[in-house]
Amino acid sequence: MLIELKNITKEYDNSGVVTKVLRGVSLSVKEGEFLSIMGPSGSGKSTLMHIIGFLDRATDGTYLFDGENIKDFSDDELAYIRNERIGFVFQSFNLLARTSVLDNVILPLTYSKKKNHQELATKALEAVGLGNRLNFLSNQISGGQKQRVAIARALVCDPKVIFADEPTGNLDSKSGTTVMSILGKLNEEGRTIILVTHDRTVAEHANRIITIKDGEIISDEHNPNPRRSKIIEDPTDDIA
Amino acid sequence: MRTLLKNAHGVIKNLASRKARSFLTILGIVIGVAGVIIIISLGAGAQALVLGQITKLGTNIIGILPGKSNEKGPPAAVFGIQIKTLKTNDLEMIKDKDRVPHAEEIVGVVKGDVTIISGKESVDTTFTATDGSYPRVQNVKYESGSFFTDEEARSGANVIVLGYDVREQLFPNGGELGSIVTLKSSGENKTSIPFRIIGVQEKLGTVAFQNQDDQVFIPFTIGQRQILGIDYLQFIRIKVDNADNIKETITDVEQVLRDQHRIKNPDNDDFSVRDLADAIKILTSITDALRMFLSLMAGISLIVGGIGIMNIMLVTVSERTREIGLRKALGATSHQIRNQFLVEAVVLTGLGGLIGIIVGVLISYLIALGARYAGYDWSFVISPTAIFLAVFVSTMTGIIFGLFPAMKASKLDPINALRYE
Repeated sequence: MLIELKNITKEYDNSGVVTKVLRGVSLSVKEGEFLSIMGPSGSGKSTLMHIIGFLDRATDGTYLFDGENIKDFSDDELAYIRNERIGFVFQSFNLLARTSVLDNVILPLTYSKKKNHQELATKALEAVGLGNRLNFLSNQISGGQKQRVAIARALVCDPKVIFADEPTGNLDSKSGTTVMSILGKLNEEGRTIILVTHDRTVAEHANRIITIKDGEIISDEHNPNPRRSKIIEDPTDDIA
Repeated sequence: MRTLLKNAHGVIKNLASRKARSFLTILGIVIGVAGVIIIISLGAGAQALVLGQITKLGTNIIGILPGKSNEKGPPAAVFGIQIKTLKTNDLEMIKDKDRVPHAEEIVGVVKGDVTIISGKESVDTTFTATDGSYPRVQNVKYESGSFFTDEEARSGANVIVLGYDVREQLFPNGGELGSIVTLKSSGENKTSIPFRIIGVQEKLGTVAFQNQDDQVFIPFTIGQRQILGIDYLQFIRIKVDNADNIKETITDVEQVLRDQHRIKNPDNDDFSVRDLADAIKILTSITDALRMFLSLMAGISLIVGGIGIMNIMLVTVSERTREIGLRKALGATSHQIRNQFLVEAVVLTGLGGLIGIIVGVLISYLIALGARYAGYDWSFVISPTAIFLAVFVSTMTGIIFGLFPAMKASKLDPINALRYE
């Protein structure tokens, strides 16, 4: 089991007012799964992803990643795991402005012990179909391309899991489809993908969909026919 | 270390993309460092100039002043207080070769205010009444004519040597040698005495805050007795034959004067004997103190510059909150984030220091050029200490004032940072 959550709770203490965001979530994710976490805003799905993605710690409960208990890890060790074993894709891309596409993908490598940064970054960009955009600045490319750069960045350290938080939220439907296709392809290649979304059609790209509401998992369904769309290389997508 | 270098590379890229702001940020450091360099350079140049002028007045010189003074402070006579304990007899006894063997030349001096009249022109100036050996003690040269002789000095001949400025005022068209001028004392006995001009001193300029060209020289006896009507001296100068004999000569002179004045306990001395080296030491300590003070002022501008850097760094940190969150999400540790911002601050201040050094050296050089052009014997001095100090202080400023913003950045929670709009 890659990820094992047991009775995870999360509370925020806002000057005496305690808000319970997660009320005992238990969840197991196998290696190679494509999991969607669905839920309306405020359901706690993002908080759950932050905890699974080592950006936040649970108030209570146990989290085993690859069999190891997260509680025992220091902040620096968590940073190391974020760098080496997981990759993030955000709704708003979060690329460094006025920085080349290549340098954006190299960024996580500067925090790792890996060598051959240029080569690894180029490979990752080729994998998302942007091998011809290496030296473009991040503000010279379209939204869809930005998100593909972000996927390349998540991919470049060869992580076990990729977390995507509303990756299509800021994209038009065509670009969104392309991004989802790339994620689907990565999953077919064996990469574990955890997707957070409020959109059912996006969630249906996964082969397992859990729904969260008020900090609790209310459904956990198997999706035998995940949505797969062809990678659309829309010409308009290439125009800056 | 490797990540630090990687940081530096990214940091320079980052700073280069915000040139105008980066430049304004470091302006305070540039000014501070340039200020320190200029002040230290000018201080050293001015000190060399003053010391050069003093030694120009003569070396191996001992001064004897009336009145007691302690080792460090200046004697009372310097402040214009008249003390009458140094008599003409004392001068005669010091001239005794058996008692003060290493005294090569000895001159007694009295000074006073006087008006010199030549036809319709008149000039208020200072006269120095002294012996014929005065030029040999003080290294004075003559533009025209010569100084009076010992014989003329002793006999009280009515001869006068003019300072350069006095000549310029009385005889702008030359022809002064051999002319007769009248000296009118501004003292109690308003005597008018005619003098024949026998020499003009060359231009000396200002030495130790006194214009050496605004004075005239007359024989000792005539100045002391007839014009001032006194029987004491204001000071005696001795030129010692060799620098090694200065200490011994001071002791000899002190012994003579104690015998003359019947003083048994040196604590009761009513005179002071000073070596010119002492004066140089005092002067050096004064200029050093001044230099320290000015450097401190420049140092304060460095601190102000540092606060400017801290201010901008804090703005940068909050502007780049999302970036910090992203970097943390991608695996940066708090240390790496802190180092990134610290390196940024140090690169900024280091760059400021570098520009400041260049600007400071350049301005110091221009000032030296200007001073030489104005006729001063000014040497362009840049001390490695000043440069080292400037680099050290500006880098430290970067570390100290960059640390707080860097710590603030490193402590940001990645989730909140990513959510930050």
